Amino acid sequence: MKLLSCSCGHTNPKGTELCGGCGKPISEQANNEKTLNMRYEGAARRSQAYHKSVVDRIWNFFSSVKVGVWIIVILLIASSIGTIFPQHMYIPTNINIGQYYENEFGFLGKLYYDLGFHNLYKSWWYLLLLAALTVSLIIASVDRFFPLYRSLKNQRVKKHVTFMKKQRLVSETNNLKFNFVKNNIIKQLEEKKYKVTTDGDSLLAEKGRFSRWGPYVNHIGLITFLLGGMLRFSPELFVDEFMWIRDGETSSIPGTNGEYYLESDQFLLELYDEDDETFQNAIQRAGGTVVKTYQTSVTLYRNQNYDQLRGDPDLQEIKTYDIRVNEPLKFDRFALYQLNYKLNEFKAMDFKLINEETEEEIGQIRVDLFNPEMNYEINDYTITLKDYFPDFYLNSEGVPSTKSSIPDNPAFIFEVNSPEKEESEVSFLSIGSNFDPNESNTYIIRLAGVDMNHVSGLTVRKDFTLPFLVVGGVIFMIGLVQGSYWTHRRIWIRQEAEGVIIAAHTNKNWFGFAREINGMAEKVNLSQVTDQTNINEEKEREKYGGSE
Amino acid sequence: MAEVSSNFLMVAFFTYIVALVFFSLTLSFEKKKEVTKSKRWGRIGFTIASVGFLSQLGYFITRWMAGGHAPVSNMFEYITFLGMTIILAFLILYLIYRKSVLGIFTLPVGIIIIAYASVFPSDISPLIPALQSNWLHIHVITTAVGQGILGIGFIAGLIYLIRVIDQSKKSKQTFWLETIIYTMICAVGIALTVWGASAMNYSVTFDWVNELGVETQISYELPAIVGPHEGELVHLDEDKFGPLLETPSWMKGVDAPRKLNTFLWSILSGSLLYVVLRLTLRNRLSAALQPLVKSVNPHLFDEVSYRSILIGFPIFTLGALIFAMIWAQIAWTRFWGWDPKEVWALITFLFYAAYLHLRLSKGWHGEKSAWLLVIGFALIMFNLLVVNLVVAGLHSYA
Repeated sequence: MKLLSCSCGHTNPKGTELCGGCGKPISEQANNEKTLNMRYEGAARRSQAYHKSVVDRIWNFFSSVKVGVWIIVILLIASSIGTIFPQHMYIPTNINIGQYYENEFGFLGKLYYDLGFHNLYKSWWYLLLLAALTVSLIIASVDRFFPLYRSLKNQRVKKHVTFMKKQRLVSETNNLKFNFVKNNIIKQLEEKKYKVTTDGDSLLAEKGRFSRWGPYVNHIGLITFLLGGMLRFSPELFVDEFMWIRDGETSSIPGTNGEYYLESDQFLLELYDEDDETFQNAIQRAGGTVVKTYQTSVTLYRNQNYDQLRGDPDLQEIKTYDIRVNEPLKFDRFALYQLNYKLNEFKAMDFKLINEETEEEIGQIRVDLFNPEMNYEINDYTITLKDYFPDFYLNSEGVPSTKSSIPDNPAFIFEVNSPEKEESEVSFLSIGSNFDPNESNTYIIRLAGVDMNHVSGLTVRKDFTLPFLVVGGVIFMIGLVQGSYWTHRRIWIRQEAEGVIIAAHTNKNWFGFAREINGMAEKVNLSQVTDQTNINEEKEREKYGGSE
Repeated sequence: MAEVSSNFLMVAFFTYIVALVFFSLTLSFEKKKEVTKSKRWGRIGFTIASVGFLSQLGYFITRWMAGGHAPVSNMFEYITFLGMTIILAFLILYLIYRKSVLGIFTLPVGIIIIAYASVFPSDISPLIPALQSNWLHIHVITTAVGQGILGIGFIAGLIYLIRVIDQSKKSKQTFWLETIIYTMICAVGIALTVWGASAMNYSVTFDWVNELGVETQISYELPAIVGPHEGELVHLDEDKFGPLLETPSWMKGVDAPRKLNTFLWSILSGSLLYVVLRLTLRNRLSAALQPLVKSVNPHLFDEVSYRSILIGFPIFTLGALIFAMIWAQIAWTRFWGWDPKEVWALITFLFYAAYLHLRLSKGWHGEKSAWLLVIGFALIMFNLLVVNLVVAGLHSYA
C-alpha cells in the first residue's frame, strides 16, 4: 500500500486528508480549504483506499452515506405509498380481495392491487430495502468507526500551525509567551471539566469525546433491532393464535400443545353511563353508546398430563384473572389478549310439540345447539333430529347446507313419531319459518325459548424475538442520546513565533462553544476567538462538501 | 372543574398575545441600538410567556382532574397540548440563546395552533377500553414534546429563510416561503371563522351513514360548503345554506365531512385574509417580514434549528416509536401493525434521520437544511391532520 509521509515524520495511509500526527493538510482538496473539513479527523477509510475487487466495490457502495440516505428516502417513499389505500390485513377476509380494491377505489385500486401494493410491507422488495439498510448500517459504521477511533486515540497534542489556522474558531494573541499564562489557562480549562494534556509549549484540552461514539452505538442498536425483526420469519419463535371461548366453557389454549386450559366464567361488556355529568356531551356526540369495558373473567389451568400421549387432562388451577384490553393475562411467556367478542350467541333452543287439530300441547324438548342429541321422547311420542344446520343457507344447487359449525342461523329437520299415526311426519324449522313439506302434518313443532351465551375472542401470543427488539431499542436510544445531548469539544493552544494561537473544534453548538472559550480567554487576557466561516463560505462549502 | 380549566386556557391564550407584544417591542429598541432596554423587554416578554405557560399547565392539570385522564385523548386536546409543547420548547431555547426574534416567530405559531384546536369539539370524552392505560399519557405526552421541539427547529429554519432569501426578485424560494406564510394565515382564518360562527350559535345537522356504516347525525358549526356523502339536511335545517358539494366516499376518517368542510372554510377565509394583507402591504408577506429579522445572525439560527432537532429527535423517537411499540404490544397484541398513523410516524423518523445524515456527512447546512426542516414539520402536520381526515385506522379519534 502506498504511504504518504508528512513533514512531521508521520506516515499516513493512502486516502488520508489530514496528517494523523500533526494535522497538516495532505490531500490537495484539504489544502485548498479555508476551514478544514474535520469529518473522521481526515483519516483514511477502507472505502477510499481500495477500489479493485468486487468485495471492495460492494463495500464502497454500502459505506457511502449518500447511498444510505438514498435507501432511507426510497424506504420512506415506499412506506407512504402503502398508506394510500388500506392494506390487505385491514380488509374483511370473507370477500374477493382483488374485486374489493376495484369496487372500492376504481381503476387506481385495481392498479394498486395488481402492483402488489396491497401487501406492500410484506413484499420481497420492501424486505430487500430493509436488508439493504441493515447492510449499509453495518458497513458504513465499520468503515468509519475504526479510523475515527484510532485517530482520536493516537492524536498528538502538538498540531501544525496550518492545521490550527484553518480551524473554524481561531484566536491569535501577539507578543505573548504561552508559559506566562499556561498554568492559569489550565486551571480555567479544568474548571470547565476539560481533560488537559500538554507537550512542551503546546496544549490540548478535550471533553465529551464519548459523544462521538453515539452514532455507532445507535447503529448497533438498530442493527440488533432489524436482525431481531428478521428472526420473526422462523415460526418456532413465534405463536399467534386466536380462540373463541363461551361463557362457562373450558377449552385447551391453542399454541400451548394442550398444556394450558382456560375456563371462561363470563364475558362482560360495559357501556358508559349516558347521563354521566362529565362525559354526556361527548357521549351524545358519539351517538349515545361508548364502550367502557371489554372483560373476560377466566380461570387458567395447567394440564398435568399434557406430555402423556393418552389419558384425560388432569387440570390444576393456576390463577383466576380478568382479561381486559390493555390488561392481558400473562403466564409462562404466553399472553392472552381480549380482542373480540360476540354477544348473545345461541346456545340451546326449546321446542314444543303441538297437536294442531286439538291445539293441545304435548310437551317440550331442549336441543343443545353445539352438541345436539338425535332422539327426544315425550311420553309415547318420539322426535328425531334428522338433520341439523347450525348456520343454515341454501347452496348453489338449492340444497340446505351449513356455512360453519357455529349456530348463528340454526335450522332443523325433525321427524315426529306419534302413537296415533303409523307414518312419521317431517317438519323443517329455521329462524322465522316452519315448513311442512307434505302440508299434511298433524303435529307441529314450535320454538318455545332460546338460551343464549356470550362469546369472547382471545388472541394467544408468545414471542421469543421480543428480547432482541427490546435490547436493540434500548441500545439505540442510549446511542441517540449519547450522540445528541453531549458534544465533543477540543481546544488546541500552542506557542508560535509571534505569539499564542488558539484553535478549537466541536461537532456541534459552535456558538455556545465560542462563548465558553471567550469567557476563559478573557480571564487570561488572550484574544477572543473568531468564527472564520460566514454565509458565503457556507455556500462554497455546500458546493464541494458533497464529494464523497 | 371543567370550567376552571377552560378559563385557564383562555388566560394562557391572551397572555401569549401580550408576551408577543413585548417581544415585538424589543425590535424597535434594537433599531435604536438601545441594547439594555431591548434585553430588559425581552426578559419581560419571557416572564409573561412563562406565566402563560403556567396558566396553560393549570388548564392541563385541572382538565386532567375533571376527566380522570390526561387531556391528550382527542384532536382538540392533542392540538392544544402541541401548542403548549412548542411554547415550552421555545422557553428552553430562549434560556440558551436569549433571542427575542425566536419569540416573535414562535408565539404566533403557538397561538395559531391553540386557536386552531378550537375547530374541533372540546367536550371531555370518555376513554374507550384501548385507551385506558398509563401508556396513553406516556406515549402521547412524549410524542407531543418531541414534536414541539422539532417544531422550534422548523421555526428557527423559517427565520433563517426569511433572513437570507433574496426578496428583490421572484423565485422558487420566494414562492415556497410565501406558501408557508399563506398556510399559517389559513389557520388564523379558520380560527376566526369558527369563533365568529360560534358567537352566532350557527349549526346545521345532517342525517348520514358514517364510516362504520352506522346511520347517525352530524352537526357542523359552520355553513355547509360540503355535505356528507349521501347525507340529507335534517328537517329543521332544510332552508339553511348548502351543501354545494358532497364529501367523496373515500374520506373515511372520523367525522370526515365536518373536517373537510372546515378545511374548505380555512382555505376560503385564509385566502381572503391573505389577499387583504397582501393588498395592504403591497408586497409578499415574507418580504414584509424580512425587516424583522434584519439583525439576525443567520449562522446562529442555523445552529438553533439544528440543536432543536438534536434535542427533539430522540424524544420524538422515544415517544412516537418506542413507547408506541410498547403500548401497541400491550393493547393491540403486536408492537407494530402498519396502521397508517404508525407508518407516518416511521416516515417522520426516517425523514429526520436523513436530515441528520445529510447535515453531518454531506454538509447540508444553511438554506438546504432549513428547507428540510420545513418539509419535516409539514410531515408532522400531515400525520396529525390529513391522516386523521382521510384514513380510518386504529388511531381514529374525533
